[in-house]
Amino acid sequence: MSEIAREAETFLPLPPATFHILIALADDDRHGYAVIQDVAERTGGELKLSAGTLYRSIQRMLEQGLIVEPRERPAPHEDDERRRYYRITPLGTAVAKAEARRLTQLVKLARAAGFAPGRA
Amino acid sequence: MRGYRLLLRLYPASFRHEYGDEMSAIFARRLRDASNLFTRAALWIETIAEVTPNAALVHWDVLAQDLHYVARTLRRTPGFAVTAVLIVALGIGATTAAFSVTDFVLIRPLPFPEPDRLVKLWESMPGYPRVELSAPNYRDWKAAAKSFASLGVYRAAAVTMTGAGEPRRFVGSSVSAEVLPTLGVSPIIGRAFTADDDRDGAGGTVMLSYQWWQTEFGGDPNAVGQSVIFDNTPYTVIGVMPREFHFPSSDVLFWTTNRFGERDYQPSERTNNYLYAVGRLRPGVTLQQARAEMDVIAAQSMRQYPKENKDTGAVLLLLGEDVSQRSRLLLLALSGAAACVLLIACANLANLLLARALGRRRELAVRAAIGAGRERLIRQLMTESLLLAIVGGALGIAVAVVSVPLLARLVPATLPIAAAPSVDVRVLIVAAALTVVTGIAFGLAPVARAGGSPDLEGLREGSRSGGGQKERLRSALVMAEIVMSVVLLVSAGLLIRALLTVQAIDPGFEPEGVLTMRTELPMPAYGRVATREAFYARVLGEIRAMPGVTSAGYVSFLPMGSMRGGIWPVSVKGDVEAANDTRRANNVAAIRYVTPGYFEAMAIPLRRGRDMSASDSRERPFVAVVSESFVRRYWPGADPIGRHFTFAFADREVVGVVADVRFRGLERENEPQVYLSSMQVADGAITFYSPKELAVRTTTQPATLATLVPGIRAIIRQADPKLPITRVQTLSDMVDLETASRSVQVRVLSAFALTAFVLAAIGIHGLLSFAVSQRTQEIGVRMALGAQSSDILSMVLRRSAALALAGVIPGVALAYAAGRSMEALLAGVKPADTVTLAAAVGLSMLMTVLGSLAPTLRALRVDPISALRTE
Repeated sequence: MSEIAREAETFLPLPPATFHILIALADDDRHGYAVIQDVAERTGGELKLSAGTLYRSIQRMLEQGLIVEPRERPAPHEDDERRRYYRITPLGTAVAKAEARRLTQLVKLARAAGFAPGRA
Repeated sequence: MRGYRLLLRLYPASFRHEYGDEMSAIFARRLRDASNLFTRAALWIETIAEVTPNAALVHWDVLAQDLHYVARTLRRTPGFAVTAVLIVALGIGATTAAFSVTDFVLIRPLPFPEPDRLVKLWESMPGYPRVELSAPNYRDWKAAAKSFASLGVYRAAAVTMTGAGEPRRFVGSSVSAEVLPTLGVSPIIGRAFTADDDRDGAGGTVMLSYQWWQTEFGGDPNAVGQSVIFDNTPYTVIGVMPREFHFPSSDVLFWTTNRFGERDYQPSERTNNYLYAVGRLRPGVTLQQARAEMDVIAAQSMRQYPKENKDTGAVLLLLGEDVSQRSRLLLLALSGAAACVLLIACANLANLLLARALGRRRELAVRAAIGAGRERLIRQLMTESLLLAIVGGALGIAVAVVSVPLLARLVPATLPIAAAPSVDVRVLIVAAALTVVTGIAFGLAPVARAGGSPDLEGLREGSRSGGGQKERLRSALVMAEIVMSVVLLVSAGLLIRALLTVQAIDPGFEPEGVLTMRTELPMPAYGRVATREAFYARVLGEIRAMPGVTSAGYVSFLPMGSMRGGIWPVSVKGDVEAANDTRRANNVAAIRYVTPGYFEAMAIPLRRGRDMSASDSRERPFVAVVSESFVRRYWPGADPIGRHFTFAFADREVVGVVADVRFRGLERENEPQVYLSSMQVADGAITFYSPKELAVRTTTQPATLATLVPGIRAIIRQADPKLPITRVQTLSDMVDLETASRSVQVRVLSAFALTAFVLAAIGIHGLLSFAVSQRTQEIGVRMALGAQSSDILSMVLRRSAALALAGVIPGVALAYAAGRSMEALLAGVKPADTVTLAAAVGLSMLMTVLGSLAPTLRALRVDPISALRTE
């Protein structure tokens, strides 16, 4: 296990909001409102992060080094001066992967017990 | 939108600055999307429900982060952390302990319902401001008074309980049926006394204190209804009082009834003062009104009985104020001292934190520069000081819990409260409040600094001290510490002088090597003189034959013992009529019956004439040995031997003169003393004064004095197996007990003064060290320019001398004021006692020198080259 993977393990289990934010930032830097929209889209409108929850999570994740505020801004036509963008870090990626692995394991166990649909 | 901005104020400022705009933007968007009034209202409700918990969580996050940060920085500077915590612990511990005792004795209301309507009633006579009531006066006054809802009387009672095992002696109180209802307390088991129980000739009934019920009756509910034998008479246990009920004092184990009859109200009884009266004022009657009424009633009975009630007044006091002036002062002094210690501790901590804040200027400036808001920094500093205060406070409470029992001696035994205070919720709340106030108070100073203008100076390489203003603040704090410690040193010094003065008082006898005990001789079994004499002769003879014993004797009551009164009128002209008049303070003397050998056992010097002898029997002329002050009063300058006076119903001839004895206590006024022969009294008369307290002088070392006790016990048991032996103690212990509360007070105040001394020295050290380190470069430059070590030395020392002077002068003035206010505790030592003042000033100088030593040496060792290089 690499150093970073080992460090990632210490963050588990991840608060749901944190996990969703990491997923939202997986492929692109986004600003806060975009994160909220992305999460809502992916969950089919089921999870609407509140601004408070979002920024409290973001503050924590910045401190923990899961995300950063990149120095370079997106291409000028997309940029909105007033907005702050966030980017996932390698540690953030590792933590998200570790959490996904943990959840998969859990689901496997649940299936074996007949709690969830799908193959045992 | 303004509403949302307002909501955001719930968040910590740092968070709001960081994310407030973004969050507002998101909210604005949502508000725009909300099409109608209904969805808008829903959005608002949702937002409020969301912001409140999130804001709390963010606050929690910040706190956790700050605590983490503070813990890390404190771990890096353990010396600072430990010093700070200890200083707080001392301050809080001292204050909490002092408060718990003061609160217990002075502040908290007595444990009775509506305690501010409970009063004590006394008689007063010239020279005696508070005298117990006589039974006839009590009956008359009670019948006449309208101010009381109820009024009852009580007196001390001691009984010999026999049953299984050795007979034992117990202390209780004999009360009239009204006393317990007056206090408003009912038994937890069984019933209270009724008027029938208190009637003349009624069968004996007893109520148990909770404590005695537990220890003697095993807490058995069936104890009620049992019969016990007190003084060979059966008494029925009728009830048990609650655990918190102590009356009239904490050592009372049981209550019986007075059962007064007509004989107790005889005219001759009007001058026999032995009853304590407690009453409850009728609702609506003020203390002033009741006093006015009692004055009228007392004046009436003075007219009615001009001889017996000559100059007799009535005194009404609140039960809660029945604490002696001395106890009150003592506790106030203690509280004042504790407050001083706390103030010094706070000043010191403020200084420590100020110095630390200055030392961390660079760090704070850097953090401010990289965007940490001022609010975050302040918050962090406050977290730090509060954390230190809370840890210190917790430790301080532990200190208080441990030390409060040591202060129990400061609780007067005469109060209707438990003997020892405990640290309870009340005290803990005060301690917690003190802790928080302390944390905020000493945290504020550096915060005030950090809260200043965003100062980039801190970033500049080689930046020096924080300017004159903070220096002045720190100097003022150190000065305040010196002032407080001078006050404490002087107060402690004065009390030590007072203690030494009291200890140096000659009690009139030699307490070392004397063993004492009490063998209550039950009446009427020992009512006849011959029976008693046989007992004394046998017991004293056998004890004197024991190895190591040099002399032994019996007396009515030993000096400074349980019974310190016993004053009878004297008439030197053979005027028996005058001898019955007890109403003058200047014609009374203490009465004591003694056996031969008593003066020798006590080593009371015989000045003239002879000791009592075995031949002074009832058939011979009645003799008396008197004290020197007795001779001075009645026959100044003349030879008293062979002179006559009337005392205790008979004519007495003076055969000897002995030194005066402080029978009432070391610090009390003592009347002249008259000693009578134990044999020269009628059978069954004055048996209260029959000799019952034994003094045995030995050549044994004090530490091994107790080894003689079994032998003496065996001798007494053989003489009479039914006699209880109580109050076995050395005479030295009895005398030491006289100064016990003083010693405790001196020790406590000295401990406070010492703490203050050390804290102030630390304060001076800290300030000067800092000043020197700030001026290292200046010193280097001066030395490079040719300044001598002596110049540098005088520069530092001038500073410390100025500090010391600025602290000592107001300190001495304040100490004098403190001394004046506790003059009553000083046993005649003057508040301006030169020795004490000189010693305190000397110690303060020493404290300053000690505090400045290390910084001075450091200044002298400054190397000009390296000092300049850092420039």
